[in-house]
Amino acid sequence: MIQADQAERLHETDISPGDDRPDRSEIAHGLIGYAVGLALAVLLSIVSFFVARTSLVWQPSIPIALFVLAVAQIGVHLVFFVHITTGPDNTNNVMALAFGVLIVFLVIAGSLWIMSELNANMALPMNELMRMQP
Amino acid sequence: MSGAQAGTGISPADPYRIGHYAGFRQGTAVHAARELASKRVIVGYGFWIFLLSDIVMFSTFFASFGVLSGQTAGGPSGKDLFNLTNVAIETACLLFSSFTCGIASIGARTHDNLMYYGGMAVTFVFGASFLYFEMHEFVGLILQGAGPERSAFLSAFFTVVGCHGLHVTLGLMWLLTMVAQVFSKGYRPDILRRVLCFSLFWHTLDIIWVALFTIVYLMGAGQ
Repeated sequence: MIQADQAERLHETDISPGDDRPDRSEIAHGLIGYAVGLALAVLLSIVSFFVARTSLVWQPSIPIALFVLAVAQIGVHLVFFVHITTGPDNTNNVMALAFGVLIVFLVIAGSLWIMSELNANMALPMNELMRMQP
Repeated sequence: MSGAQAGTGISPADPYRIGHYAGFRQGTAVHAARELASKRVIVGYGFWIFLLSDIVMFSTFFASFGVLSGQTAGGPSGKDLFNLTNVAIETACLLFSSFTCGIASIGARTHDNLMYYGGMAVTFVFGASFLYFEMHEFVGLILQGAGPERSAFLSAFFTVVGCHGLHVTLGLMWLLTMVAQVFSKGYRPDILRRVLCFSLFWHTLDIIWVALFTIVYLMGAGQ
């Protein structure tokens, strides 16, 4: 029983910075962070859904607006929910994220580009088609 | 562990004492302490790598959806099928579940039972509601003959949205597991690291959903 008690006390003190239990002001800080993130994310989502259905703006601009809103919202989620920061213990996370974004960009943009080129090359001009008729 | 090895001397077969960790005790303790991140940071980093690989996997589904979104084979397109009210409800469910998951993770760090169990319970309810609305939409599409076999567009649609739904299902199972583990083992440091990984997973699902409702639903309904 005494041994277990000692182990408990050792355990209580043998923790790294950041692993210790936060005090009241840190809890309030955390709650405010999540609340701000939620408010921003809800706002951006509402704007996205509004922009998608509106006829107030020039229609070809809508996909670009939706893309920008989505990137902004993903940024809000990363900062306020996933807690990606510029702190020194987050450098590795940021570098991994940058690499992930690079791969995602290459996969999506590369696929769309290659497939649209192939589609364009598949469609022969009309006079070519006529010449190919026997 | 390294203390037992420190006094034994250097054997000729192992001149650099690889794996014996003796340097930590011989004057470089300050240096080593600065180099070693806390276990929580290391675990979070490793799980973040997994999550990024998951995002890369999703990007391939998004790429195939982007390529195939116009290939409706004479069948219905996104404009005919998508019910944006349903999608807005799903989005709200996931956003609020992300918030309550954050509250639960604060509760886990402060050992606050009400915040942890309450936050996890509300997160589960929102996640399950999301799945209900998604199943409702899928069943409706299949019943009106717009199942995944109808066209390449619908195959890609069911793949990307269904894969996200599968992740949410697994996340809900993981949520219940974490509630049971904290209930039976308490707020131990190793359990808290698992709670951290779960919350990262849940927030990442929300990030993927943002890309999903924008590219698949909002852009699809506008075409």
